[in-house]
This record gives sequence, C-alpha cells and structure tokens, in this order.
Amino acid sequence: MAKKRVVTTTINGKETQFLCQPRQTLLEVLRDDLALTGSKEGCANGNCGACTVLCDGKAVDSCLVLAVEAEGVEIETIEGVAPVDGLDSLQDAFLQQAALQCGICTPGFIMSAKALLQEQPDPSEEDIRFYLAGNLCRCTGYDKIVRAVQDAAAARLQV
Amino acid sequence: MASTSYKVIGTRPIRHDGTDKVTGRAQYGADIQLSGMLFGDILRSPHAHARIKSIDTSQAENYPGVRAVVTCADLPEPEQKVADLGEGDVNLYHLCQNVLARQKVLYKGHAVAAVAADDIHIAQEAIQQINVEYEVLPPVLDVLEAMEATAPVLNDDVRTDSMAGEESADPTNVAKHFFYEKGDVEKGFEAAHVVIEREYRTATVHQGYIEPHNATALWNQDGQITIWTSTQGSFMVRQQMADLLQMSESKIKVVPMEIGGGFGGKISVYLQPVAALLSKKSGRPVKLVMDRAAIFEATGPTPGSYIRVKMGADREGKITAAEAYLAYEAGAFPGSPVSCGCMCIFACYDVPHGRINGYDVCVNKPRTNAYRAPGSTNAAFAAESVVDEICERLEMDPVEFRLKNAAQEGTRRVDGVQFARIGMRETVEAIRDSEHWKAPLEGKHRGRGIGSGFWFNVGLKSSVTAILAADGTVSLLEGSTDIGGTRTSLSMQLAETLGIAAEDIKPAVVDTDSVGYNDVTGGSRVTFSTGIAVHNAGLEMRRQLIERAANIWEVDASEVQYENGEVRGPEGKVFTFRELAAKVHATGEPITVKGTSGSENQAGAFGTHCVDVEVDPETGKVEVLRYTIAQDCGTAIHPAYVEGQMQGGAVQGIGWALNEEYVYDEQGAMLNATFLDYRIPTCYDLPMMDTIIVEVPDPQHPYGVRGVGEVPIVPPPAALVAAIYQAVGVRMRELPASPPRLLHQILQAEAVE
Amino acid sequence: MPLVYIPPLLKSLTNGQEIVEVSGTNVREVIQAVEAIYPGFAARICDGDGLRSGLAVTVGTKLATNGLREVVDADSEVHFLPAISGG
Repeated sequence: MAKKRVVTTTINGKETQFLCQPRQTLLEVLRDDLALTGSKEGCANGNCGACTVLCDGKAVDSCLVLAVEAEGVEIETIEGVAPVDGLDSLQDAFLQQAALQCGICTPGFIMSAKALLQEQPDPSEEDIRFYLAGNLCRCTGYDKIVRAVQDAAAARLQV
Repeated sequence: MASTSYKVIGTRPIRHDGTDKVTGRAQYGADIQLSGMLFGDILRSPHAHARIKSIDTSQAENYPGVRAVVTCADLPEPEQKVADLGEGDVNLYHLCQNVLARQKVLYKGHAVAAVAADDIHIAQEAIQQINVEYEVLPPVLDVLEAMEATAPVLNDDVRTDSMAGEESADPTNVAKHFFYEKGDVEKGFEAAHVVIEREYRTATVHQGYIEPHNATALWNQDGQITIWTSTQGSFMVRQQMADLLQMSESKIKVVPMEIGGGFGGKISVYLQPVAALLSKKSGRPVKLVMDRAAIFEATGPTPGSYIRVKMGADREGKITAAEAYLAYEAGAFPGSPVSCGCMCIFACYDVPHGRINGYDVCVNKPRTNAYRAPGSTNAAFAAESVVDEICERLEMDPVEFRLKNAAQEGTRRVDGVQFARIGMRETVEAIRDSEHWKAPLEGKHRGRGIGSGFWFNVGLKSSVTAILAADGTVSLLEGSTDIGGTRTSLSMQLAETLGIAAEDIKPAVVDTDSVGYNDVTGGSRVTFSTGIAVHNAGLEMRRQLIERAANIWEVDASEVQYENGEVRGPEGKVFTFRELAAKVHATGEPITVKGTSGSENQAGAFGTHCVDVEVDPETGKVEVLRYTIAQDCGTAIHPAYVEGQMQGGAVQGIGWALNEEYVYDEQGAMLNATFLDYRIPTCYDLPMMDTIIVEVPDPQHPYGVRGVGEVPIVPPPAALVAAIYQAVGVRMRELPASPPRLLHQILQAEAVE
Repeated sequence: MPLVYIPPLLKSLTNGQEIVEVSGTNVREVIQAVEAIYPGFAARICDGDGLRSGLAVTVGTKLATNGLREVVDADSEVHFLPAISGG
C-alpha cells in the first residue's frame, strides 16, 4: 500500500487535515474517514451526482475527485449548508415542495442548486433543468425539485 | 380535496424526517459505521452460463488484510422448499443459489465468492486472487429461443409447472404456464367488425434506484445476528436469512436504515446472508455495498418480454373478444411476474370473451424481481397499442373507446373475478375534461397519445405501536420502511383518528425486535394497510382515554364521548387531548396501544395518462412536451406525496418507453451497465408533470385510501407510442422507442413510400 | 349455493364444467365438495392443510386473507388465482 499523504483543506469553513491513500477519492475520505456521510455514492463514476460537493464554489462529483486534489481547496458539503439556526432557503423549499421521496439524491441536488443560484440568482425553468441534469433522481420525476429551486431562488432574491 | 371534511387528511405538513434528509443527517444503509468494521466485496462470474468446476480461495485467504472468505460451501445445503414471503413465494433452492452460486453460474455477475478485509481496496484486490475454474456453456438470451426444445437449459430441477400439474417431464427453461379463459373467444372474434393482431417486444429494464444495495452484519459471539440494511421489508429479510442460514428467526434482528429507493428491487436478499457469513468467519462486523455495475448485472431487473395480442371490436367500438400470449424472461431462476401480466393485460376493459396464455421462461440474465406494478407495464404497452389501432380503424376517439369499454364495479375480468369499486372510467373522464386534452396541439412531427393501466395493489399484514406521552404527543412505532414519505401519511392518519395535529405524532421506523410483524413496503400497501393498523391503534387509544376520563370524573364510560380531539363527559366536563394526556401518569397505567391489519385487501387502481410529443425525424429523438397523469387515488392523505408517486412512476415509465434497455453482447455480457449508457430520464428531459387526483374512495379503508404507488408506471409506454404514431406515422412495437430504434422505423417507412 | 369457478387448466378434471355449484361454509368445504364430484381437484389447489404455494383465493370480489378457513356465503363466488405481489 502506498504511503498515506497529508492533505490540508477547508471543509465547510473549517481548516481540516486528513491522511489518505493516493487512490482514495474525495467521496471516500469524506464518508469513511471524516464521518461526513451526507454525500452519497450512487455510481462511483460521475453519472448520478449523488456525491456532489462544491470545490471552490463549483459543483463537482466527489467520486471523480481524488482526495489529494482537495489540497488547498475550499470544500462545501451538505453538512455545511444549514445555518446555525434553521435551514437554508433551498432546504426549506425542498421540504415545502415535497421535493424528495427517498431523499438519497437530495444532498447532491441541494449542492448543485446552491452552485447554480450562486452563479445565476434568477434562473429560468430551462436554466434550472439544464444545470441540474447531472443529478439523477428516480423517485420524484423532477417536477417538485424544479419548483423547489424556483421557490428558493425567489426567496433569496427577496432578502 | 377530500369529500369529507377532514382536519389533517388532505393537508400538506412537512414530513417528519425532513430535516434529517435535507441536511445529510439521515442514516442510509451505507452510512453506518461500527467499531472494528470490515469491508467486503464479491467475486462475480464473468460468464453468462457455465459450470463451476472448482473454486480455490487459498490465495485470497492469505492476502494481507483479508479476514474472511466465503463461498456457497458456507451456506447450509438448501432445501427444495418454497417460502412464503407474504408478497409472493420464493423457491429457497433457487434463492440460495442466487446469493452464492453452487454448481453453475447462470448470468454474468452471478455471485460466486466473497471476502471481508480491512478496507474496501484490499477487498477488491483480494477477490481477484480467488481462482474459479469454469466450464463455459452456451447462453440463451432470448425468451422465445429459450422456450425451444433445443435451447441450453439453465436449471436441472425446473419443469413446466402449472395449475394442472407438471407439463414437462424433462428439465426445461419454461418454468410456468398460466392460462385463463372466459366465454368463447372464437365466437367473439367472429362477431367483430375489426380484428387487430400484433406482436410486441420489451427489453430488460432496471428499477434504477440511486442507492446501491447494502448490508452490514454482525454475527455476534452469542450467536445473535444483527443486520443493518436498506430494505423494503425488514421482516422479509429476517425470514429469508432464517431460511437460508437454517436458523430460527429469533436469532436474527434486522435494523432497517433509511432506504434510497426500492421500487420492488430491494425485497429479495442479495448481500445480507453473505455479510452475515463473513462476519461469522471473521468475528467482526462486515459491511457490503454493491457497485453500480453489479446492481445492473446481478440484482433483480424486470423482464424483457414477447407479447402477442389479438383484439376484436364491433362497429360501435365495443370489444367482442381479446386474446393474449405473454412470454416473460424470468432470468436465471423461475419467478417472473407473468401471471400478473396475464391478469392485468385486459383489466381496463369489459371483455366478454377472452383467452390468455402466459409463460415464465428462464434465460441467462439476472433473476428478475418486482418493479412497480410488476408485469403490468409490459402488458399494457401491448394491449393499449392494439386498442389504439382499433380506434384508428374505426375512426373512433380513443377517449370514447375507453369510456365505452371501461371496466367498472361488477365487470368480470378474463381471469374470472369481478371488480369491486374501481375508478377506471373516472380517470378517463378526468383526461377528457382536462386542460391538456382540450388544448390544441399544433406543429410538425407532434402528436398526442393516451394510455390506461391497472394494478392490483395488495393488503397483507402490518403492526404498529402507539405510545402516549405526557405532553400530548404520540410516538408511533412502525415496521413499514419509509421509501416515499409514509412515516408522514401514517402519522396523519393517526392524527386524524385522534383529532390532533400531525406534528404531534412522532413516527419511528424500528427494528424487527421492536415492533410486531410487518409485510413489505411495496404493492402500494403501506398507506392503506399500515394505515388501517394505525387507525385501529388510534381507536384503541381513544377507548382507553375515554375510560381514563370516566375514571377521573367518576362517571360511567358510556357517558363519555371522544370527538374532535376532546373527551367529553356529562355536565359539560371536557378534557382536550393534551390536558388528559398530562393526567395519565398520575391516574393509572401508561397508555400504550397496538394496532394490526391484515384482513383487508384493495380493489385495485387505474391510471390514464395523456402525453404530447415532438419527434425529430432526423434523429429519432422524442421530446416530451406535456404530460398529464389522471389516477384514482382514493382519499389523498398527503396530496403532495400522492402527486409525487404519480409523477415519479410516470417518469420511470417514460424512461422505460424512450430509452432504457439492457444491451447484451452474444456472450451474455451487459454492455451498458452504467448510468451513462443505461439512460434514465434526467431533469432536462422532462417538462412539469401535471397530476389529476381522482378520489374514488376504497370502502375497505376507514379514510377511503387507495394505494397509489405502482399504477403510474403502467400507462406511459402505451401513451407515448400512441403519441409517436400521431407525430410521425410510425407504430413502435418494440421498446424502448429510443432514437436509433425509432429512426430506423422512420427511415424504413420512408423507404416504403 | 356457492359457485366455484374452475381454473381453465383444471376443466379437464371437471368434464369441461366451468362453474360448479356446491355447498360449503368455507373455502375448505367447497374444495372438498368439488373433490367429491370430481376427484383430483383438491390436489391441484391444496398442499397439506393450506393452499398450494403461489395460489390465492378470492371470495366474491375480495381476496381472502384466511386461506382455507375463509368464510363463504350462500351466494359467494370462489376463484383460485396466482398470488399477487407488488414492487
């Protein structure tokens, strides 16, 4: 087994150091070594988006990122989305719109939607659907997810 | 929307497990971490059909970091016994072989051996060290080919079984034969003005749940096994484990974790027994999680099929006769839902004369399993497509045809049973009266189609426990695992029964030691059947509260009533639920009640869908422009989650119709075992999905609930191919109507012109 | 008297008769009553003290939950069908 590397990174605003094997993905380290199991593995090859995290604000499939690539990067996971008190407008909108059934894809969708709204605060339905096409959901048929993102966008614009 | 004025039913409270699910805190099966836990991996067959000559695990056993290796030798010799899983029976001899292959491997991906190691990477390396000697055999991959006498036979113990007994003396791939007949089909066809007979094909399709199968097992030093797993049925897992390991159920506790989708595919065990054996051999907890390729190749997709339908109608459009031949691929072992397909295929209509033959056929593909209304979608695709052609021939509006022939209460199906109160007609009327149907559709290569479908829904058994707390909240312990929000629909029913707020119920899905028996979460049964159990628990709690109040007021219980969440006695005495709850502790025994169900069954559900498509004639790509789902939902307890079931099921049906299929090479290897190439619908492929909830209450449920989960997957392929025909004049008789296949048909049609 | 609908594959046992009217107050009794007229019928429906695995019985429009002990009324229809599952 190759010698483990020390990686220094920021996760959800907190400076973090971890040890990892070079072959481990960021998803694996988050889940198995850092106990951040909110990001999910659905396919391990970048097709379902259940593992979506933000790296320097950009939505990526963490199953396609090697853990060593996290060096010096600002990582945001689902665990960092809620404020100290209450829920983020996206989380709230997902609940209000019943935009989840089994909920396994929800963390990934929230992270992708977060990145979308940071880039485009007032997206059209087409923009939302295009941006979220990399996140698969098998339960909802996406209708309520899109509505939730629309609601969250509106709520954020009002603030 | 509910016709009776309910306080809680029909509202849209936030689901009780919502916060955990949107913050990533909810613990799904693969999230569990136990001290000393090992990670497992499974060696799978590279061949679709082969004899296992030997398995040498010695190198794997000695691999650094490996703590245990298992093969079929570690499972007790299976009995040729059929176990009743409540929701259909399973042959243990076959289930055992499916979990770990014995003499043969019958599909690429068939599990052969497993290891447990210090980390997942070591486990993945170690399985490569296991040497299996195979004698490769020719595979059979087509259902009709597999039925021929010259086909390679998969199982030596399989004979054609039917109600009349065994129909074959020699081993065969044709495992079962079903036959139904009503009236005189020949006479019926003679009386028809138009008769259409067509053949249809559908491909193997997977449930596509995003969460992989998982199981973490601890075979403790005292002989007790605990399994943490995502499952649709913790009691089913316990029973299958007990049967396969040949031990008592009481030695096994199943802890259901949150589940990331099931759709029928997470009922049979795959990993659980293997994890348990690895734990036994290593003395440590072992976690097994499937990778996506294994999920496609080695779990339980739904059958590919060949279906022939013949239907006749008179000049007025009344069906005079209908005949069907269905051959479904069971995969490696018998047990496709072809019998359900047979009973559903003409269920939407009043068919005076009918005949149906159905065959369950083994092929070298993974052993199929339930997928949302199992067997019905294939059947509806075929039957509804013929209906569409009959309508065209008669120049009859497809809505009018369906209204003219719709099954209703008292209609006798071809299998002989009469329907109770159902809502087929109402769903067709709902589409007829919808904005969608009335809106004109203009533009080139655009078309509109409708399709109807049926699913039985089941009843089965449930148990719940309800515990009153001093602050007026009620804990609700359930065994029905929650895959779509049933914690909340059940809490709402209990709240309604007690006259309190949904937020005052605290639901929990608990393990098999902590609640009474519950059948599977599937068959569209939980809101119905566990709902009845919940209602019964609520009624018992009310009775005890009445007694307690009577006791406190020193009056007779007959003078006390329970109404609107309050207990009222003589002379204006009244306690609110909260007030009385606060007094319980000081005035007597705690109030803990149970509720059970199992004596009720459902009358079945119908859906009629309408879709507008635009087809690109140069690529064969179908764009879904507009989609409306009308479904008889009984009373919608939580309308948002009912809508969600309708939308989600319809989208799975859209994927089935337009893109999803297992692509095999000649050796029986699946070529597209990833989410990239097994193409399920994405957000970008779809419009908003409009829903029309038609409330036709089922009188067997105290609130009129009708199961909603499964039927929405049934109509979409039928509706879509009808729309495609309107758009480009091509009738797709094979699914999926994917771009290459549709383009091929478009070009062929153009060549003919 | 209850009407037992003979599964089409078993009509060879009942001389082609599709519906057999027999007396009985539960499913077990009506099966035995048919068996008395047409021997061999019960073996296709029952296994020991219960229904053959994979089979269910419908009385009227309702799927029975009590197996052979399910009550049958004077005007009931009795059907034998494959058990339905779900997904």
